[in-house]
Amino acid sequence: MDSITTQVFQQLINGLSLGSIYALIALGYTMVYGIVKLINFAHGDVMMVGAYSGWFAITVLHLSFLPALLFSMISCALLGVLIERIAYKPLRNASRIAALITAIGVSLFLEYGGMLVVTAQVRTYPPVFPDTKFIVGGVYFKYGDIVMLITAVVLMALLHFTVQYTKVGKAMRAVSFDKEAALLMGINTNNIISFTFAIGSALAAAAGVLMGVYFNTIDPLMGIIPGLKAFVAAVLGGIGIIPGAMVGGLMLGLVESIVSGLGASTWRDAVAFLILILVLIIKPSGLFGKNVREKV
Amino acid sequence: MRNWFNRKNIVSLLGIVLLYAVVQGLIVFDIMPPFYKLTLILICIYIILSTSLNLINGITGQFSIGHAGFMAVGAYVSAMVTVIMHGPLLLGLFAGAVVSALAGLIVGLPTLRLKGDYLAIATLGFGEIVRIVFLNMDFVGGAAGFTLPSKITWTWAFLLMVVSVILIKNFVGSTHGRACISIRENEIAAESMGINTTKYKVMAFTIGAFFAGLAGGIYANYMYIIQPGTFSFLKSFDILVMVVLGGLGSISGGIVGAIVYTLISALLAGIPEWRLVITAVFLVVMMIFRPTGIMGTKEFGLSFLRKKDDKNAASKN
Amino acid sequence: MRLFSKGFSLGMIALLSVSLVAGCGTTAKTGSSDTSAPIKVGGNLELSGGTAMFGQAAQNSINLAFEQQNAKGGVLGRKLVLVSADNKSDAGESTSAVTKLVTQDKVVAVLGSMTSSVTLAAVPVVTDNKIPMISPSGTNAKLTVNPDTGEVRPWIFRACFIDPFQGQVGANFALTNLKATKAAIMIDQKSDYSKGLADAFVTNFKKGNGTITGTENYVAGSDKDFRPILTRIKSQNPDMVWLPGYYQEVGLIVKQARELGMMMPFMGGDGWDDPQLFNIAGPEALNNTFYVDHVATDDPAMATFVSDYKAKFNSVPNAMGTLGYDAANLLIKAIENAQSTDSEKVRTALENMKGFKGVAGDITIDPKTHNPQKSAVIKANKDGKPTFLTRVAPE
Repeated sequence: MDSITTQVFQQLINGLSLGSIYALIALGYTMVYGIVKLINFAHGDVMMVGAYSGWFAITVLHLSFLPALLFSMISCALLGVLIERIAYKPLRNASRIAALITAIGVSLFLEYGGMLVVTAQVRTYPPVFPDTKFIVGGVYFKYGDIVMLITAVVLMALLHFTVQYTKVGKAMRAVSFDKEAALLMGINTNNIISFTFAIGSALAAAAGVLMGVYFNTIDPLMGIIPGLKAFVAAVLGGIGIIPGAMVGGLMLGLVESIVSGLGASTWRDAVAFLILILVLIIKPSGLFGKNVREKV
Repeated sequence: MRNWFNRKNIVSLLGIVLLYAVVQGLIVFDIMPPFYKLTLILICIYIILSTSLNLINGITGQFSIGHAGFMAVGAYVSAMVTVIMHGPLLLGLFAGAVVSALAGLIVGLPTLRLKGDYLAIATLGFGEIVRIVFLNMDFVGGAAGFTLPSKITWTWAFLLMVVSVILIKNFVGSTHGRACISIRENEIAAESMGINTTKYKVMAFTIGAFFAGLAGGIYANYMYIIQPGTFSFLKSFDILVMVVLGGLGSISGGIVGAIVYTLISALLAGIPEWRLVITAVFLVVMMIFRPTGIMGTKEFGLSFLRKKDDKNAASKN
Repeated sequence: MRLFSKGFSLGMIALLSVSLVAGCGTTAKTGSSDTSAPIKVGGNLELSGGTAMFGQAAQNSINLAFEQQNAKGGVLGRKLVLVSADNKSDAGESTSAVTKLVTQDKVVAVLGSMTSSVTLAAVPVVTDNKIPMISPSGTNAKLTVNPDTGEVRPWIFRACFIDPFQGQVGANFALTNLKATKAAIMIDQKSDYSKGLADAFVTNFKKGNGTITGTENYVAGSDKDFRPILTRIKSQNPDMVWLPGYYQEVGLIVKQARELGMMMPFMGGDGWDDPQLFNIAGPEALNNTFYVDHVATDDPAMATFVSDYKAKFNSVPNAMGTLGYDAANLLIKAIENAQSTDSEKVRTALENMKGFKGVAGDITIDPKTHNPQKSAVIKANKDGKPTFLTRVAPE
């Protein structure tokens, strides 16, 4: 392969592996939004907590990778339920903007409360994945890239299956469609919403651990930027739609790496946001969303 | 014929002049420590920001979270005018506000047909784009920031704040303001009553952007240094929090919110590691127990004086 | 139309009460002229954020220097005390941190900051308030000399060499020792230090007939994925990469570069100097990387300081810690020479400082630029630790 082709393929690989991180975070984001219509700004910070609990499990409890991942997912699921019960539940019938402010409050609390507990110092993840490199026709990728992408696809498929074909999933969709009607049909909406938060937060934790392993540094503010990006990805794909989050995440990763690859790395985020605004103006419900008509 | 010199207006005027004079006196006689002066000027800046955002979010009911973007436009344009072009301060502030209003117009026209959360996301995206544009402009210092002399005094900040609040307040009380409120209450009904909703939404958005730009200009010309990082989405959140804290849709609420939030930050400055944790807990508790904010949609003021005026007028008849 | 609003008045009343409260109880001024009270020195330091290791190291060694001096009876018969403020490695925070130190704590001088952008943000504040400030390790040329007027900034001093020299040392090493003719540059867009050091390298590298294959920008603190720009650099096929950043990003960049199969040497400046670098990148990735630094801790001249530091903090000081120690002692010496804590007198004493014996080399301040003439060292990272290669004397 000539060098330009190699470079293009390398950038595509770079974009896909970054995109799969965004997709992983976006899955949880989009699910919570789909059920409770709340922009959960604390999602990125739950991811940070997940990264730290994974780090704690590996370095202090000396667990291997999979148990550490499970440990982190379970603790974040609990954290998610706790956050929902304490901060969001009382506001279920309040204005959207009040709920958003609460989410911002929770996000700040996790960031700076976390900083009090673990200090602002950057921690390094121990090497968990083998250092294997793959070279195909001059294009480099590593073990972590594959794990990332596969995890994202598998989790998306699992999530999609759960929501579409299981009883809990049906209940979730019912709550999303009409909370009162769901209640009247005998669905325990409180439990369903808690369950949604638990799953969403566990997904965030998984993303956090993977991100920690992948980039090998974690700090208490690590959730802010990826959280925002994942949110953009979720909106891009159509917020509330699970395959949309996946596609949105991968697209965002690709856009970023292409823009950087063209030599405009510092304009990367601006292009991402510009695409977001254009998509919103042309098709407000996102690429995969259905247009809902305003009720009169 | 309205009597402009009713008791209420006179008392308000006296109150404003007295407040200004007391603070100015403390500054002139060097009694006021600089840290308090900084806080007071910041309060003035944030009052302008929260009141202008309130016009968009509270009065017109459009969910915007990109206010820091307009603030950045005002800050950088005014800095360019005063430092690079050596223009006078007032011209710089005005230019910043006007360019910011233009930005508001350009952003508002296409995005304001979005509703609710979608508008919020679009404005958030706009704010971030503005930040990145300034980040890439090397002649204004890029990411490391733009240093400029501190020219804003308490007199400037206070005067501009009073003028801004009065102008916004009067806009809200005018026919146009009523039209904006009707959009908030029910957009479809407003439209069927013959109100050009797009026009009023864009109008409110542009005016809001104008004052945000003004506040940005004051900020730039007071703080010695402006950096793109200062105007990130977190700053937009700060302003939004002030508005909701005080009471969405209440001008006095926006003012109270700005004062309370800035004071909390200032009081906690001594314990920086706890500052944002306490602020966060305060926010969550506040939203749980009083989601409408301190003032709700009520206005607080000297209306009891006005009632007396009205009674006097009535008894005369 | 109503001229004044009801709601408006509430704000006014609240504001009024605030200002009254603010006015009370603050009339008493803390006296810096008191002859027995301790001398307060401000530390505008990076205690958290991207370069937290620099600020923490400097805080330790400033405290060590003050402690040693206080054990000797202090200076002018008064004890020294460090009042630290955390600027979070952020230029905006630096302005407010130094404002607090100068106006509220009434410090006689400010030590810090360790990095150039953060120091630069504090310059207008100390200049307006006429307080001398010594940056232990701010290497950007703009710090002490205003680039627009070419005049020296009267209140700013430093205890280290400047980037034009550091870039020259780096470029010469790349040309002669690494035999590089093509170099790629990676700049941290957020830092004046990185930009200045990149400029200095490029100028000198071109002078030696080297070519620059490309320049890429990144933003410290928000970027973690550098593969897209590294892929670009790789396609340009340079002999080496000049990477004047701080350790946190440098670690990630070198690691990701090696993962992309880029095995060429990477080189940078004193911003690399922290053990954290090896944790982030891994020791193996850092082989075949080099950096310019102020001192080597295995230098015998530093033995006393290193053992004192070790005894107190149970760790080896880095170059930043060493410079912090020198800056603190430089200030003590200036106060002694001035026989006063009056800011103007301390400033004059600093400006006329000659032959001050620092652990990281002698300091003679040039009154025209406020820059000391100091030598630089080049270190190679090998198997998980930096090793001393060579010392380069100033011209």
